[in-house]
Amino acid sequence: MSAVEESVTPAPEAAAPDLIGSGQEGSLRDQATAYFQRLRNGDMGALPAIAGFVVLSVLFTVLSPYFLTERNFANLLTQAATLVMLAMALVFVILLGEIDLSAGVTSGVAMSLFVVLSDPGGLAMNWILALVVSLLAGVVIGLFIGFFVARIGIPSFVVTLGLFLGFQGVQLIIIGSGGLYRIQQPEILAIQNSNLPTWGGWVMLVIMLLVSAATSYLDRRRRKRAGVPNRTIALVWARLAAIAIAGGVVVALLNQNRGTGFLAVSGVPIVVPITLVILWLGTFVLDRTRFGRYIYAIGGNAEAARRAGVKVTAIKWAAFVACSTLAVVSGVFSASKVGSVDAAFGRDIVLSGIAAAVVGGVSLFGGRGRLIHAAIGALVIAVITNGLGLLNLPGGVNFLVTGGVLILAATVDALSRRRAGGSLIRT
Amino acid sequence: MNSPIIELSDVKKSFGPVSVLKGVSLSVYPGKVTALVGDNGAGKSTLIKGLAGVQPYDEGEVRVDGEVVALHNPREAARLGIEVVYQDLALCDNLDIVQNMFLGREELSAGTFDEGRMEREASETLQSLSVRTVKSVRQKVSSLSGGQRQTVAIARSVLKAARVVILDEPTAALGVAQTEQVLALVKRLAERNVGVLMISHNLVDVFQVADYINVLYLGQMVASVETSQTTSDDVVGYITGSKTYTGVNR
Repeated sequence: MSAVEESVTPAPEAAAPDLIGSGQEGSLRDQATAYFQRLRNGDMGALPAIAGFVVLSVLFTVLSPYFLTERNFANLLTQAATLVMLAMALVFVILLGEIDLSAGVTSGVAMSLFVVLSDPGGLAMNWILALVVSLLAGVVIGLFIGFFVARIGIPSFVVTLGLFLGFQGVQLIIIGSGGLYRIQQPEILAIQNSNLPTWGGWVMLVIMLLVSAATSYLDRRRRKRAGVPNRTIALVWARLAAIAIAGGVVVALLNQNRGTGFLAVSGVPIVVPITLVILWLGTFVLDRTRFGRYIYAIGGNAEAARRAGVKVTAIKWAAFVACSTLAVVSGVFSASKVGSVDAAFGRDIVLSGIAAAVVGGVSLFGGRGRLIHAAIGALVIAVITNGLGLLNLPGGVNFLVTGGVLILAATVDALSRRRAGGSLIRT
Repeated sequence: MNSPIIELSDVKKSFGPVSVLKGVSLSVYPGKVTALVGDNGAGKSTLIKGLAGVQPYDEGEVRVDGEVVALHNPREAARLGIEVVYQDLALCDNLDIVQNMFLGREELSAGTFDEGRMEREASETLQSLSVRTVKSVRQKVSSLSGGQRQTVAIARSVLKAARVVILDEPTAALGVAQTEQVLALVKRLAERNVGVLMISHNLVDVFQVADYINVLYLGQMVASVETSQTTSDDVVGYITGSKTYTGVNR
């Protein structure tokens, strides 16, 4: 009975707090200790990916004089943008424990529609309208996948593998074999090839700081009103300082003149603020709304979610729509970077997108990971491609290293979990 | 004696030619722990699935507070204040305690989660059940022991003014100390004037917490007795069918 006594009778100190702890109490030091405790328990989040990013960056800086130049830095960001967006798109379905192998060709089909509709020599549709049509195509494709996965109950791997093949055919039919359409809309090309004015970069940074400060303030006010403890305010300042410093360095680097010859090129590429806005919105939805919470719940234990009254089918359906639609956005980035769309557009990228999410710390078993993790993972893979390209190594090395990093990331994840006594397989 | 919260009379359920419940009556009283025992295949699960609204009965009456009600889906059961804690717990490992307790009924403010309010209510509910084994309500459920998980699952069921809590084998997978903790929790549920219906195979547990014992044998309620009026041997006899209940049905 001693166990009962222990659990029933209040702790000896009668002035016990009237609430159970929430891990938010204590000084900065306590918070730091708790954080390292979580790390030791295998809850490492994006940390291995960030470490990988830093190590690879240092390595390439040492190996190549071109790596750490203003020009290459901007180039790296625009090269990475497509993969970052695709990896973020995939997070929505990977969190469910599902997969979308057709995300790449989905962007291909949608962009094929875009170029055929908006081609000035052909149908000459207004480019905004054409863009809306291609985004809607993403929505429809997401609904289509969702129907088979959530409603009929076919494994998403099979459905999307089928679509991966089928959509290549659709793309061929839309574009015509061997065809290639040049992107002729300056607005689309501007996404990856134009930059904000130098002051625009700083405005962007200030907005980021304001948004971060405002959400922290509102969160703290809500918690205070409910009478539960807030994390020490020092953490908010630390976070703001981190954004200010890291963002400041990036903006300052991008504001240097990186042009060759007479043409001065400087400023933050337009794709960066677009990506940041989508990242912020997506994270907001995943962290703070029912839709987001239910995605995590289904990924953790679908039966528990169902019994709790979650409409599992509808949520899955919506997640596939989110994935396919964001995949189309990644297609827009890619078309802007490449400048053209052909029948093979988007065919080869989807596995890199999945690899990026996994490298960043998103679990393929579902239920664990964040959008920012996928974005960081995509940056790691982009650094590898970019750095190895600068070293003039044969193309095969790129694939080898990327594959190696993926397996390394999965191994780090598995080992940290095993040491913590956790199981790899989620039940 | 109090009037029962739930009163089943003569409920029947068959699956094709197999009749699983052959006219069962059962009462659950506020502030009392009613145990439901019986061997495998006796119909216990079918009986509670009907109450949970998962699998409606074919025939018979269900009264809640004396009113005849229809239980066709889990939402109707929840609206009547009937909550079920399933044997396999139904918690999400990757979410924390607060998130699990509020899953499917999150508190919103301006369309987004009011985490502070949820954290407070979760904490207060656990506190009101005198739970002392949970250090932080923001722990992930994956880091909890079996007993703590059961605690969270039970606390989840009483978060929103449940009137009847049905516990399906709450101690089946637990060690000795954790079983004690959960049984203490079951008693505290009853002290809050909740009607508790507990299914168990473990007669020691049943005799420790139950006020009434109901025995199902092959789809029939063969005995409904006050715990103080019977013995473990008798109950085993009723369960196996080797003994017939001769007392007065209450």
